[in-house]
Amino acid sequence: MATLYGVAFCYFLNLPNYMSELSSKEKAEWPLWEVFIRSKAGLDHKHVGSLHAADADMAIENARDVYTRRMEGISIWVVESKYVRASNPDDAASLYDPANDKIYRHPTFYNLPDEVKYM
Amino acid sequence: MTTDNNLLLDYTLSLADNALIIGHRLSEWCGHGPILEQDIALTNTSLDHLGQARSLYQYAAEQVNALGADAEQKLFSSESLQANIASGNVIDEDDLAYLRDAWDFKNLLLAEQPNKDWAYTVARSMYFDIFQYFLFKNLVNSKDVTIAAIAEKSLKEVEYHKRWSSEWVIRLGDGTEESRHRMQTAINDLWPYTGEMFKMNRTDVAMLAAGIGADLESIKTLWLEEIVAVLEQATLEMPAQGWMHEGGKEGRHSEHLGYVLAELQFMQRAYPNHEW
Repeated sequence: MATLYGVAFCYFLNLPNYMSELSSKEKAEWPLWEVFIRSKAGLDHKHVGSLHAADADMAIENARDVYTRRMEGISIWVVESKYVRASNPDDAASLYDPANDKIYRHPTFYNLPDEVKYM
Repeated sequence: MTTDNNLLLDYTLSLADNALIIGHRLSEWCGHGPILEQDIALTNTSLDHLGQARSLYQYAAEQVNALGADAEQKLFSSESLQANIASGNVIDEDDLAYLRDAWDFKNLLLAEQPNKDWAYTVARSMYFDIFQYFLFKNLVNSKDVTIAAIAEKSLKEVEYHKRWSSEWVIRLGDGTEESRHRMQTAINDLWPYTGEMFKMNRTDVAMLAAGIGADLESIKTLWLEEIVAVLEQATLEMPAQGWMHEGGKEGRHSEHLGYVLAELQFMQRAYPNHEW
């Protein structure tokens, strides 16, 4: 037990070193891919996470092994993360807040006829 | 000891031992994979093999229990296991995995070869996976319904294993100068362990005649065709024909199996019937 504890302790002491080694190695790492899984026929592909892979084929296989081992899916899409363009969080106020007081954009001013059942 | 009475047991155990030992070898990568995603891929594959081994050992245990009353018959060299069987106790899958000695194991020498590095691991897997794929494809039609059912269930898993290992051989063979060199070395070094897969021993011949086992000669043709195709795509050279190791199927193993079993069996040997 004492030895085990010692090993664990050394490991934590070395952590900062280990981390800096890791970041210098990052350039040589495989690219990151975003993974989308369709859980069953008729449903949309949903983003489930990301992973590393050398190319698209390997990304599909890695996704199969990482994200569908518990029967989560029947179809996989992958896209290299660098091709995903994200909105800037700093712009959130100008992008999304203006929709806040535009209640007329919601179709809530109509009286639905009783005959229309599934709305 | 293989007698005419227990050829099916011998056959079942050889299938089970192959699955257990290669599964254990792959599990050694757990936590040591070159990248998280491949670590998970290997662990999945390892667990597939373990699942196959469990089904096969359960079937083997049934056979041992049926034979067990016949105390004259010495099935295994382990005294305690043998005594257990002779006294009419029911044994199970764990007894067969944990309490047999190395010379009672019937796995191919290929399965017990060490992981060494990634190239050796994927080369060993490719040789084995393609073999197991054609073997199970054949055993689906076995007259033994249990073996046929296990083969059918495992076939989809093995098809993926074979795709995974072949793609790695192609990727590394047709990669950088260093990866190509290391892949070719692994392919060459493990080649002498492939001959044993197709060597029909007494059990294989009897099981084929009974419609239970597979014709390893015809599997060899299919296996070779696919190996040639993969190596060609990987821009690797076919290893030169030559002398082949054998003995695993008869219980004559390389030194490696002892170390595998020491790790695999330690807990049950040191703490008999321990559960967790």
